Amino acid sequence: MTLSPAARWALRAAMALGLTFIYVPLLLVLVNSFNGDRTFAWPPHDLTTRWWAAAWASDGARQALLTSVQAALGATATALLLGTLVAFAVHRFAFFGRDTLSLLIVLPIALPGIVTGIALDSAWRSVMGELGIGKGLLSVVVGHATFCVVTVYNNVLARLRRTGTTLEEASADLGARPWQTFRYVTFPLIRSALLAGGLLAFALSFDEIIVTTFTAGPGLTTLPLWIFTNLFRPNQAPVVNVVAAVLIIASVIPVWVAQRLAFTPGSGPPR
Amino acid sequence: MDAGVDGDQGVSMHRHPRWQLAGLLAAPVLWLVVAYLGALGVLMVSAFWTVNGFTGGIVREFSLANFRTILGEEVYRTVTLRSVGVAAAVTVICAVVAVPMAFYMAKVASARSRHWLVIAVLTPLWASYLVKAYAWRVLLGNGGPIDSLFGGPGRGPGYGLTATVIVLAYLWLPYMILPIYAGLDRLPDSLLEASADLGARAGHTLRRIVLPLLVPSVAAGSIFTFSLSLGDYITVQIVGGKTQLIGNLVYANIGAAGNLPFAAALATIPVLIMVIYLIAVRRSGALEEL
Repeated sequence: MTLSPAARWALRAAMALGLTFIYVPLLLVLVNSFNGDRTFAWPPHDLTTRWWAAAWASDGARQALLTSVQAALGATATALLLGTLVAFAVHRFAFFGRDTLSLLIVLPIALPGIVTGIALDSAWRSVMGELGIGKGLLSVVVGHATFCVVTVYNNVLARLRRTGTTLEEASADLGARPWQTFRYVTFPLIRSALLAGGLLAFALSFDEIIVTTFTAGPGLTTLPLWIFTNLFRPNQAPVVNVVAAVLIIASVIPVWVAQRLAFTPGSGPPR
Repeated sequence: MDAGVDGDQGVSMHRHPRWQLAGLLAAPVLWLVVAYLGALGVLMVSAFWTVNGFTGGIVREFSLANFRTILGEEVYRTVTLRSVGVAAAVTVICAVVAVPMAFYMAKVASARSRHWLVIAVLTPLWASYLVKAYAWRVLLGNGGPIDSLFGGPGRGPGYGLTATVIVLAYLWLPYMILPIYAGLDRLPDSLLEASADLGARAGHTLRRIVLPLLVPSVAAGSIFTFSLSLGDYITVQIVGGKTQLIGNLVYANIGAAGNLPFAAALATIPVLIMVIYLIAVRRSGALEEL
């Protein structure tokens, strides 16, 4: 459609304004991490790197980061396994309840996090609690994996639908054993889909706070939980800000990997 | 990974299909159906239980008491309406901001800058939710940058309901831009040219051709903006001041009050609203756009 120059400029301005809206808050966090004032007086009067040193020395933040990485790795590994299994089942077989199953996989992410959170919390306490297994890293991994399955499932299923089964049939016709076919044909075909789904799952789990609030037992603190509890403590504000700045910088990594893989994330919303 | 089982599938699915399917599905079904759906089911059932006022123990007998309280007391109606209002306002703001941006990306920008614009819109999705809410807490704080924009400490909107709507709109904006961009990207240019050839001006084409075709995309984006806003209780704690949404009430009933049945009953409100919303938007074909 032919747009008048004025309309083009208006659209360009809207785009610029929108991107400003998106990026100004993030830039502010980066700038404030060097703000010498403890209460972030604006505009900053003096710049300092001592908050970065303080954050580096903060045991609480480090411990929380470690816990978050462990939880995210556990959840990602579980989601990779479960998501791939379901994707293969849905792609290669017709069975009773197949549509329901694919709906069920989306459910943990479609329902409000607090619903999933309290459901898992009370179930864990009444079942695992009876067995003497309290809440801890394991219950967090279980909670996260539940809503991470969808990212792996979507990516792997889309890949399987695109590639079909002809290559695997050819491999079998040429005398490959099932394991060889998987190792040399199927796995290389789905590898980048697994990476994409795993990346999303990791990011989802790493960032999650609501389900975590309910599934982490006392004494277990993931990074989002640590940020949230320290957010309201004025003397911790500069350190929280540095951690936030680090997370903003770190968010470029998955985008870079995604660019290398040339996939567009879009298989479900993160929490 | 149970690779041996997977490997069998494509090669010889006629050999023992039943056992292979069972092998594939056993773990996921045990996890999602038995554990997750079971937990959800028990939660929904427990909405009909009550708590003994003296002992604090849960009374496992069917009762509509929780729902009578929710329907009867004004505070729950107010909070429900406020939550739906916030979710609706966030959705409208996101749509209004997203449509021009997506239109510029899909139909005006050159192919090269389009690529970078998509990346620019996607990147914040990977930044932590909490960090973004926190950034706005600093922006909106007393004497913060927004206050100084309005002319001094206390002059800006500060923390409250307005701040909650702005921040939620900020958080979920990319989820609205992406489906609209995808919808516009699929819209053939020839359609717009045909409209122009038939004498329609740009504004007329926009109203009569582009916007009607965008309805499913906007509806798809609204599922995210609406449901994510409806269930939120963290952002409102960070920038909402004393504002309460459904999520806060659910949370308060588990934590401080220790009344799980009542919390479960309250939690059915957002679930019900979402189910109704999904059924309503399904008519527009939005679910195929997800």
